[in-house]
Amino acid sequence: MTRTTIDQPEMRIDPFTYAHWYALGRKEDFPEGCALNTRLLSHSIGIRRDTDIMSITGPQGRALPIQHRYGHVWTSLSDSPRPLFDIPEFAEPGRRLVTVGGVRVRCSGLRAVENFLDMAHFPFVHTDILGVTEHAEVKKYDVKMDVEKDEIWATQCQFFQPVAAAASVAGDMVHYQYRVPHPHSVILYKSCPVDPDAWDLIGLFIQPLEEEECLVHSFLLVFDDNNTDTALLHFQQNIFLQDRVILENQVPARLPLDPRQETPTRADASSIAYRRWLKRNGVTWSTTRGAEIA
Amino acid sequence: MISSNAPCLVLVAQKWSDMKLYDYVLSGNCYKVRLLLHFLDIKCTLEPVDFYPGRAHKSPSFRRINPLEQLPVLELDDGKTRICDSQAILIYLAHKFDPSRHWFPVNEPEKLGCVVQWLTFANCITAASSRARLHDMLGYTCDITAARAHAHRAFRHLEDHLCHQEFNGINWLAGAQPTLADVACFPYTCLAGDGGIDIFIYPAIQRWLRRFATLPRFHPMPGINIR
Ligand SMILES: N[C@@H](CCC(=O)N[C@@H](CS)C(=O)NCC(=O)O)C(=O)O
Ligand SMILES: [Fe+2]
Repeated sequence: MTRTTIDQPEMRIDPFTYAHWYALGRKEDFPEGCALNTRLLSHSIGIRRDTDIMSITGPQGRALPIQHRYGHVWTSLSDSPRPLFDIPEFAEPGRRLVTVGGVRVRCSGLRAVENFLDMAHFPFVHTDILGVTEHAEVKKYDVKMDVEKDEIWATQCQFFQPVAAAASVAGDMVHYQYRVPHPHSVILYKSCPVDPDAWDLIGLFIQPLEEEECLVHSFLLVFDDNNTDTALLHFQQNIFLQDRVILENQVPARLPLDPRQETPTRADASSIAYRRWLKRNGVTWSTTRGAEIA
Repeated sequence: MISSNAPCLVLVAQKWSDMKLYDYVLSGNCYKVRLLLHFLDIKCTLEPVDFYPGRAHKSPSFRRINPLEQLPVLELDDGKTRICDSQAILIYLAHKFDPSRHWFPVNEPEKLGCVVQWLTFANCITAASSRARLHDMLGYTCDITAARAHAHRAFRHLEDHLCHQEFNGINWLAGAQPTLADVACFPYTCLAGDGGIDIFIYPAIQRWLRRFATLPRFHPMPGINIR
């Protein structure tokens, strides 16, 4: 559990992990006049905001790139980062964005993504909200790669839920899709309780602090005229904090990419695809392979 | 265990009230009030407050509700009277809605003294365990080493007392039945792990937490990890 505060050589981070943009928080988290320090991929970085101008500095005082998107402030350690993935739903009228705030978890950020993809835990971790033990079965679903965008999609997912969303009035079969466009970000599309033709979005933008510690920034982007933002916030925080206990107790804290290290069941098709995709892209940081190399 | 049912059995039908609880879903102090409301089968309107990340409890409008900028706050059915401090709220609810006087034994002075002693001690647990939790979970700044050390000091005291009680065949903090003392001390003891405090090293505390979690009508909150 000892935390390395000395900056490790940037060489230790695999190029795929290094090349991405990462969310550091919501703009409101950095009020005027603030000067804060945080961590990103085991590097200390500083965030300042004078009036409306924000600046981010990385290792050796190097200025890092910055962009404001999806209600969050993003940066990258790379001078030529891969473009940040597009979420077209953010431009759709009538949706409400609720940013949930960062929650620190002592585990690999990759573990947090994988847990988010796994429907099998609903009845046991989110009992009587996202699942009931009498309907614990995960039905077969499709997993495919979008080769052009280099992202994973799991579609045709269904699950019986007693209280699928803050706006739900009764239990129902809920439809899901999952999208993994980034090693540390994941979005789920969930059938909307107030409009059967629409999808509500819930997503995690994970800031990897250390290999075994992450800050999970999450959001909801929903059609819902009945609940206040605060009610939606409480709903989501309640769910995520149920996950946090589970995540902090997973062993090992880093994600194993070797299929022999953990035996996934049928329901884990998306988890297998995720681990393969990370492996294919040469990800070692925050995985058990990273620990072997170190 | 039968006797511990008694306080709930006195009130059979669920009571609606016009009270309002200013509530935060991740707060252990709000949770203890929600737990007692549920034990006593009282319905109460919950007013969710954006404690994190919005810090709404620090806003001018909330300061009019509680100048101490803290949750929980119970607003009574007159729409005016407000009770702050979770222990004070527990006492109000028990006194008002539990005619059996099991939860708050006002007719047994000795026992009452013990209960109030542990109600006060609950604030010591909160001060240390909750601070460590806010640091680890939500990134609040504090001296984390000191917070954890204070928490362990409080838990050692709780462990000693529970061992002593067990030795005398007593299952609860202030007697043979659960009281407000147990309700008040339970949340931040059980949530200590969220703040990186190992609570599994205290065997008598573990047994007490497990007994508490099997009380009729008990429901957990996120972060509670009972093995
Ligand atoms: N003694 C009070 C403590 C309440 C307390 O610390 N509440 C926390 C939330 S669990 C809070 O509002 N903290 C904000 C602050 O103290 O600034 C009680 O038991 O209700
Ligand atoms: Fe979950």
